[in-house]
Amino acid sequence: MQQEIQANVSGVGPERFEPLKRNSAGSEKVVRKSRTAWQDIRHRLTTNKLAMFGLILMVVIALFAIFAPLFSHYNYFANDLDNVSAAPSFTHWFGTDDLGRDMYVRTWKGAQVSLFVGLVAALIDLVIGIVYGGIMGYFGGKVDEIMNRFAEILYAIPYLLVVILLLVIMPPSLTTIIVAMSITGWINMAWIVRGEIMRLKNQEYALASKALGAGSMRIIFRHLIPNAMGPILVTLTLTVPSAMFTEAFLSFLGLGVQSPVASWGTMINDGVKAMTVYPWRVLFPALFLSLTMFAFNVFGDGLRDAFDPKLKQ
Amino acid sequence: MKPILEVKDLNVSFEVYGGEVQAVRGVNFSVGEGEAVAIVGESGSGKSVTAQTIMRLIPTPPGNIKSGSVLFDGQDLLSLSEREMQKVRGNKIGMIFQDPMTSLNPTMTVGAQIIEGLMKHEKLSRSAARTRAIELLSMVGIPNPESRIKQYPHHFSGGMRQRVMIAIALACNPSLLIADEPTTALDVTIQAQILRLMKDLQQKTKTSIILITHDLGIVADVCDRVIVMYAGQIVETGTKWEIFRNPQHPYTKGLLRSLPRLDQRKGEPLVPIFGTPPDLIQPPKGCGFCSRCDEAMRICETDVPAPTSLSDTQTVRCWLQHPLAKSPNMAEGKGASV
Amino acid sequence: MSQAFVEVQGLRKFFDLGNKRVLKAVNDISFSIRKGETLGLVGESGCGKSTASRTIIRLYEPTAGQVLLDGTDVTKLSKAKMKAYRRKMQMIFQDPYASLNPRMTILDIVGEALDIHGLAGSLTERKRKVEELLEMVGLNAEHASRYPHEFSGGQRQRIGITRALAVKPEFLILDEPISALDVSIQAQIINLMIDLQKKMNLTYLFVAHDLSMVKYMSDRVAVMYLGKIVEMAPSEELYANPQHPYTQALLSAIPVPDPDLEAKKERIVLSGDLPSPLNPPSGCPFRTRCPAAMPQCAEKMPEFKETKPGHGVACHLHN
Repeated sequence: MQQEIQANVSGVGPERFEPLKRNSAGSEKVVRKSRTAWQDIRHRLTTNKLAMFGLILMVVIALFAIFAPLFSHYNYFANDLDNVSAAPSFTHWFGTDDLGRDMYVRTWKGAQVSLFVGLVAALIDLVIGIVYGGIMGYFGGKVDEIMNRFAEILYAIPYLLVVILLLVIMPPSLTTIIVAMSITGWINMAWIVRGEIMRLKNQEYALASKALGAGSMRIIFRHLIPNAMGPILVTLTLTVPSAMFTEAFLSFLGLGVQSPVASWGTMINDGVKAMTVYPWRVLFPALFLSLTMFAFNVFGDGLRDAFDPKLKQ
Repeated sequence: MKPILEVKDLNVSFEVYGGEVQAVRGVNFSVGEGEAVAIVGESGSGKSVTAQTIMRLIPTPPGNIKSGSVLFDGQDLLSLSEREMQKVRGNKIGMIFQDPMTSLNPTMTVGAQIIEGLMKHEKLSRSAARTRAIELLSMVGIPNPESRIKQYPHHFSGGMRQRVMIAIALACNPSLLIADEPTTALDVTIQAQILRLMKDLQQKTKTSIILITHDLGIVADVCDRVIVMYAGQIVETGTKWEIFRNPQHPYTKGLLRSLPRLDQRKGEPLVPIFGTPPDLIQPPKGCGFCSRCDEAMRICETDVPAPTSLSDTQTVRCWLQHPLAKSPNMAEGKGASV
Repeated sequence: MSQAFVEVQGLRKFFDLGNKRVLKAVNDISFSIRKGETLGLVGESGCGKSTASRTIIRLYEPTAGQVLLDGTDVTKLSKAKMKAYRRKMQMIFQDPYASLNPRMTILDIVGEALDIHGLAGSLTERKRKVEELLEMVGLNAEHASRYPHEFSGGQRQRIGITRALAVKPEFLILDEPISALDVSIQAQIINLMIDLQKKMNLTYLFVAHDLSMVKYMSDRVAVMYLGKIVEMAPSEELYANPQHPYTQALLSAIPVPDPDLEAKKERIVLSGDLPSPLNPPSGCPFRTRCPAAMPQCAEKMPEFKETKPGHGVACHLHN
């Protein structure tokens, strides 16, 4: 009965039972071009609507920060004492401040400062964190213990104390703020990197490289750090808004950039004094600061979910 | 032998990025009462997916049971609600998994995990369930069951945990036990203990067993009948003597030739199967093994062979069984070389 | 036996776990391998065979003992001198999915070996050498630009072999090179290893738990249990005439793909589990599971003695 079924296959003739001719030796084919981990992550990220919204918001804010001041016929420091604290109108979209300066231009100028501080602080954290954390994690043992103790001590010092002490020796400025943030900011990154390196250093590809005679630095920076990039990027993305907020907070206390240069923090500080009468002077910088932090945070969360999917098949 | 389980025309696929992996493609088999059947195959052959489908443990999505039926005691398991299925799982069908380190709940005592099932399925009182749990642990060879019952899984070694898993699986006297690579994570000497235990228990309880494995050695030891799977399809079935003494499918033959034997000398080379298994996102149009088969013919590339019965028990899916393939010049060639 | 190429003497590797707990993973093992020979090292998980192989190649620093490679003790070499000796000995790892850096192309993975030892003068020479090596193990030159995830397990293991061969080693440690591979692929890799050994006169230390593969691959076999070598003999001799009760049990526990042999076989099933290496039994480490244990087994560790030329065993039954 089984044989009959086979004979019914259409067009079965003796010629179809000839052996296939092929060279079997060395016919290794690549099975499939499957997705790399990075493609996987990109796929999960781009399908996450909230994260994409955050990314678009980040880009739009960055573009405005760069170009808006260039294409406005006002500049951020020119006083116009006839037009003090004017309400938003067609001439001054966001109104003016107590010296008659255009709030629209100042808001975007403030964005430049805030974004600059956020990015620079995050990059400094990144560099110090990777080197320090990488060494801690890779060498372990005594090296790890000493370096980790040092980081813990630094972490335990109240942050405001560090800033105030620093202001004794440095004038209030952007540099001072960045230095102040960098003194302790990298520790978190270093711990993240340390954990990742400890997890990865016994992977067989790292051992294979060691067996080939690779030095520690090559193993850390060529093999381990690239494979720890996921958590590092997530931490980096989430560091930016927290640095921006710290800058705004310190500027609010009067420790930041000095007039006429504005940051969102100093503008909020100025605006708060007359908040009940001229609400737009605090509204716009506060609104954009919040939007930016929101954008970075949702993007960072999306990135974290993309790197650590719970529903990965 | 009356079949206790019949799997008919089962097709299961998984949705992944880049397409649909057709993991199980038209699988038919049955298991008789008190019979021990092995499903042998490599990773990706569909053997574990088949077992998990019987137990309805395939997560959907991404899994998708596209067609087929699984008749257990005359009832189609695939049409049961999840609630009804829970009464079957652990009660009428027991399952043992590969990794004894993760298949026990680390936050519950071993006793509690056995007692839970007994109270739920057998409606025993707590004290009766406890007595039965101690009996079960001593049956699977765990010393001092009265004190071990109060301990947590991390106090048990891998072999001991697998014994506990067997005790849990057998707690409600199931009529079918599915063991998915039960000894793969264990050492050889521990594996020997577990296999002996399974054999003894099967003789005692007359439970039917489906053993999923990649190790042909285990098959020869434990099972009566063997099902060989490749690329989501059954390529050959037969009693273990038929499969080991008179294999007919080139894949079965190749698998046996690629294993070193203890009585083999170093000079005799192993005969590997060249190439790698096909990608089941785009399964081959014809026979799944065609691309690696050194006896392949033109028809193998285009048409899937139907099963051919060689005896009451042996069936093979291969075009070499077709009368036209057995013309004299062929038979003298490669076919006779085994 | 005089012209030993690799000689391990009294090797120990202890891990200090703190709280005065010491894990004696490798506890005084000695063996030698001749040029072009394969020594199999078998044992169950936790017996110390992987630690031993990683200590020999100095991925771990030994606690005590010597590893002589071609007469030089590599355990005492400085970092700079060690780098040169790394070229002489290489390792193939167990897990082909973990042993290749997923972020690097095959060209860079294999090329790194050349970079470290300055074996390629220019980028074109580097590429040409990598392609030659790939073809030697049965892969194609155009595979060089691809990433590890595009390959199957068996192909990845070939890439791992390519990387090790890039520095032209003389001694290779194969650490369970096939245990993560499918049955039909294992024979491909084993045949490749045997081919390469013949072509390049390589010396192998083959570490595995699969006794039938070890017997097939090796000229001699050493059996490890809880950090000690309990028996060592030429492989035919070991399988025909095992003397240590552990070796006997291990051999009888292997399931054989032959139903008649299985039916006939009288299997020795050991009771109990492997003791914790943190708290090993006194005397002979195997005595807690040994069917032939005697009172003196608890008192002192039996010495490793040759019962026949080339066949040594550490058991009171044979002293």
